Amino acid sequence: MPPLFRNTKKTENKLKSSPPGPSNLRERLSKTRNALTRGLSGLFRGSETLDPSLFEDLEDLLVSADLGVGPSTKIIDHLRDVSQRQNLNSAGDLIAAIREEMTVILEPCGKSLPFDGRPYVMLIVGVNGVGKTTTIAKITHWLLQQERTVMLAAGDTYRAAAVEQLTRWGERLQVPVISQGQDADAAAVAHDALVSARARSTDVLMIDTAGRQHTQSDLMNQLIKIKRVLNKLDPEAPHEIVQVLDAGTGQNALSQLQHFHQAVQVDSLCLTKLDGTAKGGILLAIADKFALPVRFIGVGEGPDDLRPFNTAQFIDALLPDAESLQRPGAPA
Amino acid sequence: MFDQLSDRLRETLRRVRGQARLTEDNIATAMREVRIALLEADVALPVVKAFIAQVRERALGADVMQSVTPGQMVVKIVHEELVAIMGESNDVLKLTARPPAVVLVAGLQGAGKTTTVAKLAQWLKQREHKKILLATTDIYRPAAIDQLKTLADMIDVDFFPASTDQDPVTIARNAIDHARRSGIDVVLMDSAGRLHVDARMMTEIRAVHAAVDPVETLFVVDSMTGQDAVNSATAFDEALPLTGIILTKTDGDARGGAALSIRHVTGKPIKFLGTGEKLNALEAFHPDRVASRILGMGDVLTLVEEVQQKVDKGKAEKLAKKIAKGKRFDLDDFREQIMQMEKMGGIASLVEKLPGMSGLPNHVMDQVDDRQIRRTVAIINSMTPGERANPTIIRGSRKRRIAAGSGTEVPEVNRLLKQFTQMQKMMKKMRKGGGMANLLAGMKGRRPGLPY
Repeated sequence: MPPLFRNTKKTENKLKSSPPGPSNLRERLSKTRNALTRGLSGLFRGSETLDPSLFEDLEDLLVSADLGVGPSTKIIDHLRDVSQRQNLNSAGDLIAAIREEMTVILEPCGKSLPFDGRPYVMLIVGVNGVGKTTTIAKITHWLLQQERTVMLAAGDTYRAAAVEQLTRWGERLQVPVISQGQDADAAAVAHDALVSARARSTDVLMIDTAGRQHTQSDLMNQLIKIKRVLNKLDPEAPHEIVQVLDAGTGQNALSQLQHFHQAVQVDSLCLTKLDGTAKGGILLAIADKFALPVRFIGVGEGPDDLRPFNTAQFIDALLPDAESLQRPGAPA
Repeated sequence: MFDQLSDRLRETLRRVRGQARLTEDNIATAMREVRIALLEADVALPVVKAFIAQVRERALGADVMQSVTPGQMVVKIVHEELVAIMGESNDVLKLTARPPAVVLVAGLQGAGKTTTVAKLAQWLKQREHKKILLATTDIYRPAAIDQLKTLADMIDVDFFPASTDQDPVTIARNAIDHARRSGIDVVLMDSAGRLHVDARMMTEIRAVHAAVDPVETLFVVDSMTGQDAVNSATAFDEALPLTGIILTKTDGDARGGAALSIRHVTGKPIKFLGTGEKLNALEAFHPDRVASRILGMGDVLTLVEEVQQKVDKGKAEKLAKKIAKGKRFDLDDFREQIMQMEKMGGIASLVEKLPGMSGLPNHVMDQVDDRQIRRTVAIINSMTPGERANPTIIRGSRKRRIAAGSGTEVPEVNRLLKQFTQMQKMMKKMRKGGGMANLLAGMKGRRPGLPY
């Protein structure tokens, strides 16, 4: 049998030596952090005092992390404001001020899944290639660890072999997968799955959907139909519409979210692929515009590399240590 | 695609255009706007800086002051610099090797590699009549092999079977051996998505590359990628001798700044654009045309080529002959034309390529509804052959029957009949004026120039 997840062995070893938690997440996001640290260190240019003209460079830095022009300007304005009231004369002060503003922006994000229904129906949506199916597998793994029963529905009836992909995950994770094969009506699959999940009194039902460009109105209407069909069976369902976003996505993530939100009212987010050099900064741009909770972030390919989102940890992992900035020019 | 960048640039440049002469001041204002627009379009910061510097330098140069309207000059410079960053020419796949010629694709997870491989297969099969083998070294993602096999069956090309317990390099070697024995022209080799920081996986793709010695190594990248595009592209470019880039998912509303960034940092040509989920949704990349599209100048050349590719020539010629002979243009012909139009990607995709049309407000574009085409076809399908040949016999009760049969309303049937009458008149005029050939010739001659 092939390994459950790629690199399973490697991940197991890693997990033994360092338990999951803030330090581990920090390590996982180190690529992002190092780039920011290097940049911020450079800003002090050997002197201990912050030159106001460096605000512009700092803004560039935030933009390069995909924060977007809006949130970056907001943070810089905040720094300007603070610097007028008090002297920002060390890296520590600067980091504290940025952290303060980022915490305000990310405040609505840190809420965990409520599970206020049974079966708790989660509809997983997103554009093509963000990692919906893999994320479903990882959330399933996480739910099983929380000792909840899970059922999956193969609602991506469009892409070649998408049903097989989810079915294989079901086999590996030993959870039932409801499917009707390629080209079936996704809403019918969702309907059957909910009926079946009820009959087996499953805790959580996750429904996969085909990736779709948010600009295609007919495909967005299909999502509305799935929602309506579920709604007829259970007025509370779907309890949670989760949009999956790729961390590598730039400002288009905002447009994606806007379109999906308009069509089906997105309830929460999952951010995937944060283990590359992609800056998680887009999350700040999103939080600034849509006050949505972020349930999970994906930080690797191992089964445990999906973490419940935690605001403080996320900022910790994103921002450099104040100490590493005290000695300008020191290796980041 | 690229809609919002072009909106943004147009708005900015309109302001410059209104002014009598370019000063250092108003160039600076325009350049600040261009800078924000490019950043919001996800063009990487270093690329934005290089771009702005070049445009500013040229805008302040002597050639601007000599021109009659400085605004025109800025538009021209921005356009030329966009073209310059995205590369000079339209590259196609170079497959002139001893067969089998191998094309390897690589990229991050979810970029669209497998779909792109299938689209390339369809492209090479239809346009160059190559005998193609699809193979994949993706032993990781569940059902990745099934996915490619399904696609191979759909386009009816050979597929090299593999299983997940095999080694990617072995699969690749066996696929090439198989291709050599079976007289295959081109092997399209898919690979697993990988992060550029995953050392083990990058070593693996290098080993696959060394084993198959491809003539083309293509980096597939999602047009929605943000600032990180420069990092991943640089890493792949360092690991593999890339020969080109394919930009996918350009049918969304991504501003596509990644195209500029990747081209700038790797220096490798962008060869194709993925423009939709269908397997024929692949376009050759023309830097000048895309730059024109960014500036809202339309893309007439792509349109003409698409018409030539997708319109069924036999049917078009039959219709042309029929009209030339002075026969009536009837509702059957009308339906045929509508269906040809749908084949070319629908009205929305056609309108987007026409010059000036990207300047239409969004609420107008929303009314360009491709479902209308299907409704129209349904109405015509609900008519008897006699009614189609001679629509004047369609009166009250026939209209009610047609509306009921097609699930529409009588006013819709009326609207269609009116449209048809107008079209019939147009056809008559065309016959007198020299026919379709003149119309098309006029279209071809019209290059997307500066509309100011």
